[in-house]
Amino acid sequence: MFKGKFIDNLPKIYGTYTGGFIVFIILMAIAEQAGMSAKLIGIFFVAFTVLIYALIGYLSRTMQTDAYYVAGRQVPTVFNGMATAADWMSGASFVAMAGGIYFKGYGYMALLVGWTGGYVLVASLLAPYLRKFGCYTVPDFIGTRYGGNMARLSAVIVLTVASFTYVTAQINATGTIASVALDIPFEIAVYVGLASILMCSMLGGMRAVTWTQVAQYIVLIIAYLLPVFWISNKMGAGVFPHLMLADEVARIAELEAQFGLGEVKNSAADLKQVPKGLSGITKAHAEVNTTPWKFISLAVCMMAGTASLPHVMMRYFTTPSVKAARRSVGWSLFFIFLLYSSAPMLATLSKLSLMDPNLATGIIGKSITEVQAIDWYQNWNQANLMFVSDFNGNGTLELNEFFMGGKAVVLATPEIAGLPYVISGLVAAGGMAAAMSTADGLVLAISNALSHDIYYKMINPRAETAKRLIVARVLLVLIGFAGATIAALEIQGILGSVIWAFDFAMSGLFFPLVLGVWWKRANAQGAVAGMLGGLIAGSAYLIAVRSGYPGFWGVTQLTFGIVGSLVSLVLMVVVSLMTKAPDAATQRMVDEVRIPSGKAILGKQH
Amino acid sequence: MFRLLTYREGKKMSKQQQHWEKTRMLLFITLAIWFVFSIGIFFFGAEMEASSIRPLGYPLSYYMTCQGSLGIFVILIFWFANRQEKIDEEFGYTEREDD
Repeated sequence: MFKGKFIDNLPKIYGTYTGGFIVFIILMAIAEQAGMSAKLIGIFFVAFTVLIYALIGYLSRTMQTDAYYVAGRQVPTVFNGMATAADWMSGASFVAMAGGIYFKGYGYMALLVGWTGGYVLVASLLAPYLRKFGCYTVPDFIGTRYGGNMARLSAVIVLTVASFTYVTAQINATGTIASVALDIPFEIAVYVGLASILMCSMLGGMRAVTWTQVAQYIVLIIAYLLPVFWISNKMGAGVFPHLMLADEVARIAELEAQFGLGEVKNSAADLKQVPKGLSGITKAHAEVNTTPWKFISLAVCMMAGTASLPHVMMRYFTTPSVKAARRSVGWSLFFIFLLYSSAPMLATLSKLSLMDPNLATGIIGKSITEVQAIDWYQNWNQANLMFVSDFNGNGTLELNEFFMGGKAVVLATPEIAGLPYVISGLVAAGGMAAAMSTADGLVLAISNALSHDIYYKMINPRAETAKRLIVARVLLVLIGFAGATIAALEIQGILGSVIWAFDFAMSGLFFPLVLGVWWKRANAQGAVAGMLGGLIAGSAYLIAVRSGYPGFWGVTQLTFGIVGSLVSLVLMVVVSLMTKAPDAATQRMVDEVRIPSGKAILGKQH
Repeated sequence: MFRLLTYREGKKMSKQQQHWEKTRMLLFITLAIWFVFSIGIFFFGAEMEASSIRPLGYPLSYYMTCQGSLGIFVILIFWFANRQEKIDEEFGYTEREDD
C-alpha cells in the first residue's frame, strides 16, 4: 500500500519532513522566549526526533527477505548517499571530531583525510562489483567467491570483531546524550538509547534502517551546520564560514603567541587536579605539528578501514543497479563532506570565542573568579567537561589554566557563543541521530551476518523465510543487549574504540575483499589465511603495544591495521600460490562480476 | 594454436578482455590521483605550510586537510563514475533499467 508509490514520492516526503522539522525548531525557539525551561526543550528535541524515527521504523516493517536484508534493492542514488552518510557519521564524527581538531590541530586532521579518501577506494575497487554480485552481506560475497564454509566463517569473525568494537562506542554515545538531555542516570540511559535503536531496525531490517537513516541525516546536518553559520555571522567572521575564516585562523596564531602557548608547562602536581579526560590547548591551531609518517599512517589506516567496514559496504547492496551503486558512493561522500569540512570551522570559531579578549565571550585573560561565575561554565563544570584553576596564583585565567573535554567543543560552543538554548537542544538531537544511525547499521550488519551466513547458509539451509527473519530479529536484540551491557561498563572512550574498529576491519578484510575482485588466482585457502592471519597479527600487535612493547616502524595502537593488513596480504598471496588455483566455475564467476550488465551472481531470493 | 597467435598480436582480444583492460587503466589513473591527494602531498606538510600559495587565505597545509583534498575526492568519484559508465557503454555492458 505504501511501497511503489513511496519510492516515487521520496523527495516530496523528505521535503515535507525537513520543513516540519524546521517548523518544530521555530516553535521551540518561540517556546523558549515564552519561558520554557532549558531542560524541557532538551527533552522535547530528543524525544520528538526519536519518536519520528521509531514511527518510520514501524511503517517500514517487512516479512520479505530481500526487503529485510537489502531494502528490496530499490533505494535511489541520492537517498542512498544520505543514508550512507548517516550510517557513516557516528557519534565520533558528530561529537568528538571537532573537539579532536580543537586540541590537536593538524595532526588530528589526518582523520578528515582518511575518513573521506577511503570512499575513492570504495567506489573504484569494491562497491560496484559487490553490488553486481548480488549478495546480502559481506561474508556472503567472501563465502561465494572463495567457496566453503571456512571462508564464510572467517569473514563473519572479522566482521563481528570490528563492528562490535564500533557499536559499543555508539551505544555509549546515545546513552551519554540521552542521559544529559532526558536527565536520567547513564546506566539507564544506555538502555533507553538501545530501545530507540532497536525500534528503528527490528521490524523492517535494512528497509527500516535506510529510511530512518535518511531522516537522521537531515536532522544531524541541520544540527551541525546551523550553529557554525550562526556563530560565524554573529561574530562577524564571515557569512560563509568555510570560505572566510582565514583571518580568524591567523588571529588564533597571533593570540597563541600572545598568551605564550607552549612556553608555560603545567607541573605534574598541577595536572593532577584536572578531572580525567579534560585537556588544555597544547598544540598550535593551524601549524604542521606532526611528522609526515604519523599523519600518513593514520590516514592510510582510516582509508583502508573505510573500504573494509561491512556496515558501509552493505549500504551499496541496496541500490537498483551497479551504475547507481557507483554514483551513490559519490553522493555519500558529498553528504559527508558537508559535515567534515565544517568541523575545522567549528573548532576555529569555538577556540576564538574563548580566546579573543576583544570578543565578549573571551575568557582567557579574565579574572578567575569572574570566569567561575559564568552560567555556562558552572553547568559544564558540573557535567565534568570544563575546569579552571589558578595554578600560578596571579588571579587571571591563563591559556594553560583552562581545561575542557573533547565533547564540549560541539556540545557547549553554542552556549559559549551566546546562542539561544534551542540550538543546544538541536545539537543534542543531532548527536543522538548520528550515534543512533551508525549503531543501527552496525547492529544490523552483525545480526545479518549471523542470521544469513551462519544460521541460514551453514546451519539450516532449508529454513523457510519466516523462520529466517525471526532468527535475524532475535539475534538483533541479543547483539543490541550485549553491546549496551558492555557500553554501560564504560571501558573505552568513543574515539579510541572507533579507530580500533577501522584497524580491525582493515587487518582482516581489506585484501580478501579487494583481491576477490581484482585477482582471479586468489583462492579459499589464501583468503582464510589472510583473514585470520591478519586479524590475529593486528590484535597481537595491539595487545603488545598496550602492554608496553615499543613497536616498530612508528606503528602505534591507533595504526596497528598496517601490521595486520600487511600480514594478511603476504599470507593471502603466498598461500594462494602454494595451493590449487580456483576452479573454472569460480574464474567465470569473477569474469561475470566484472561486467556491470546481466544477471547478478546470486539470485534475487537466496 | 590459432587462438594463441591472435591473442599474442593483441588485436583480437575478446570484448570482455578489452573492457577489463580499459577498466583497469581507469582504476590506475583514479588511484594515482587519489594517492597524490591522500598521501603524496602530506609528505610535504612543512613545505605546504611555508608555501606562499594560500587558497582563500588559509595556509596551504591547513586548507588541504580541511577542504582541498576532501573536495577533490568528491569530484574524483563522480569523474570516475562517469568515465566507467562511458567504458561500459562502449562495450554494450550498460544495464537495462529493469535489471
